[in-house]
Amino acid sequence: MNFSELSALRPDLAFIAHWVRNDTHVLDLGCGNGVMLDYLQSDKRCIGYGIEIDDSAIPLCVDRGVSVIQQDLEAGLAIFADNAFDTVLCLSALQMMKNVEGILRDITRVGREAIVSFPNFAYWPHRVALLRGRMPVSKSLPYDWYDTPNLRCATIKDFEELANEVGLEVLERVALVDGKPVTFLPNWRGSLAVFRLKKK
Amino acid sequence: MKSLGVVAPQSMHFSTPLALQSGASLADYTLVYETYGTLNADHSNAVLICHALNASHHVAGVYVDDKDGKKHIGWWDNMVGPGKPLDTDKFFVIGVNNLGSCFGSTGPMHQNPATGKPYGADFPVVTVEDWVHAQARLADELGIQQFAAAMGGSLGGMQALAWSMMYPERIRHCVVIASTPMLSAQNIAFNDVARQAIMSDPDFHGGHFYEHGVVPKNGLRVARMIGHITYLSDDDMAEKFGRDLRAGKYQFDFGIDFEIESYLRYQGDKFAEYFDANTYLLITKALDYFDPAKEFAGDLTKALSNTTAQFLLASFTTDWRFSPERSREIVQALVNNKRKVTYAEIAARHGHDAFLLDDARYLNVVRSYYGQVWQEIEARGVA
Repeated sequence: MNFSELSALRPDLAFIAHWVRNDTHVLDLGCGNGVMLDYLQSDKRCIGYGIEIDDSAIPLCVDRGVSVIQQDLEAGLAIFADNAFDTVLCLSALQMMKNVEGILRDITRVGREAIVSFPNFAYWPHRVALLRGRMPVSKSLPYDWYDTPNLRCATIKDFEELANEVGLEVLERVALVDGKPVTFLPNWRGSLAVFRLKKK
Repeated sequence: MKSLGVVAPQSMHFSTPLALQSGASLADYTLVYETYGTLNADHSNAVLICHALNASHHVAGVYVDDKDGKKHIGWWDNMVGPGKPLDTDKFFVIGVNNLGSCFGSTGPMHQNPATGKPYGADFPVVTVEDWVHAQARLADELGIQQFAAAMGGSLGGMQALAWSMMYPERIRHCVVIASTPMLSAQNIAFNDVARQAIMSDPDFHGGHFYEHGVVPKNGLRVARMIGHITYLSDDDMAEKFGRDLRAGKYQFDFGIDFEIESYLRYQGDKFAEYFDANTYLLITKALDYFDPAKEFAGDLTKALSNTTAQFLLASFTTDWRFSPERSREIVQALVNNKRKVTYAEIAARHGHDAFLLDDARYLNVVRSYYGQVWQEIEARGVA
């Protein structure tokens, strides 16, 4: 898979892929159909593993030549040694976790750097929905309140605090809309929060 | 679904002695095997299937019994065949019967050249590693320098895993299903109860029952019943049998009350008809002895450090014989070595037996995996 294919398929991942260095060892938590690792392997000569719980996603990863390990992230990353990876990706998965702090601590343990993304709850359409007295439903939070896999609602400001607490230093913080960075009022105008982090 | 149709076994004789792990050796021996599909021009599409405890080289297709006209379907016919997850339209698949078996390869029922009588209890104890050495010799004779993959479930998975360590340059992929890097104390305990059942049967005669014209059927029955309990999950048994009664009410005697008793006895009887008691002892010992990490002070990561293959592992959540934890130990050791490894953990209810059953989630992963193996072969250009 090349960059333009990735950009067309997942502009958010295409933006994030810039942050992953060539020839590095990568762990992708909640890797889905393996599209990110497919790109990183074929275009950036990275090696690594995806973690995914969904049965139907496993053969899709295999079809792409991505090494995937089926497990529940809530069970932690015990099979990986300390500092086993140059970069740990946790992209649009954190908000579905029960034990957010636990997985962040594990990410810190097994990776030198991490890239974490999640839907920004402070995105302005979400704020407007709340002002109108309703839970937000948007492209980045497409579910009804009673039927959502997202257990956690966080804003860009919220996450930074927790990251610091688990031993991660924020290197870069970007808010994306449709895969493009927003610089003016990011915590209002960004629908996806993306953090590049380093072990302190 | 299409099947291979009627297949036939072949056999190959080896007259170079095979040195065994125990220090003993087999002066000469025969291996019985089956092949499906066609070996391609550069011999790059061969897949070796290793069998588990009570199976054989008859992996796929059918035999038609001349006596009763009954069909005997291969034990992994849902996995191997035209259009199946391991597609015999693409791959050349070999099933080989292991030494010590009772299905054709040299075993305790065969004549011991030293005595002119059946080996019986004198057949040397063979290990997973011994089997792999013998399989490698068969591969040599068939002109296969390197397998596209070695694959097996349970004890068969141990052989595939052993291949990756013993002959790293001779397999490109290693597929290990519902297996373990070593037996637990509990696993060994079950095996020993099964062995004791056989050895304490008065018809066992210290393993030389052939010359007495008897078979230790009761021992074999009990051994099989014990084994069978470990192949099923608690859920599966509850669903299939529950506390259902054969006659609808308690009999107040020691015959068959519950359906589960009837089922296990039937399985035991069936097994005692065709399986050899000495083979059962040998194969359970091979299981007990398998422990590749042993010579590395228990460090499985070190044991797997010389592997070069890519791996696919799968386990089943209700398998308590070789539970997912055991497969994860292998995955962890491979990850520590930065090997390419995919691991599927299937939430199936059928316990250890699930590796033989149809489950789309499981079969699709294997299908996709062999799709990748095939793409690699095609990319080599000579496929």
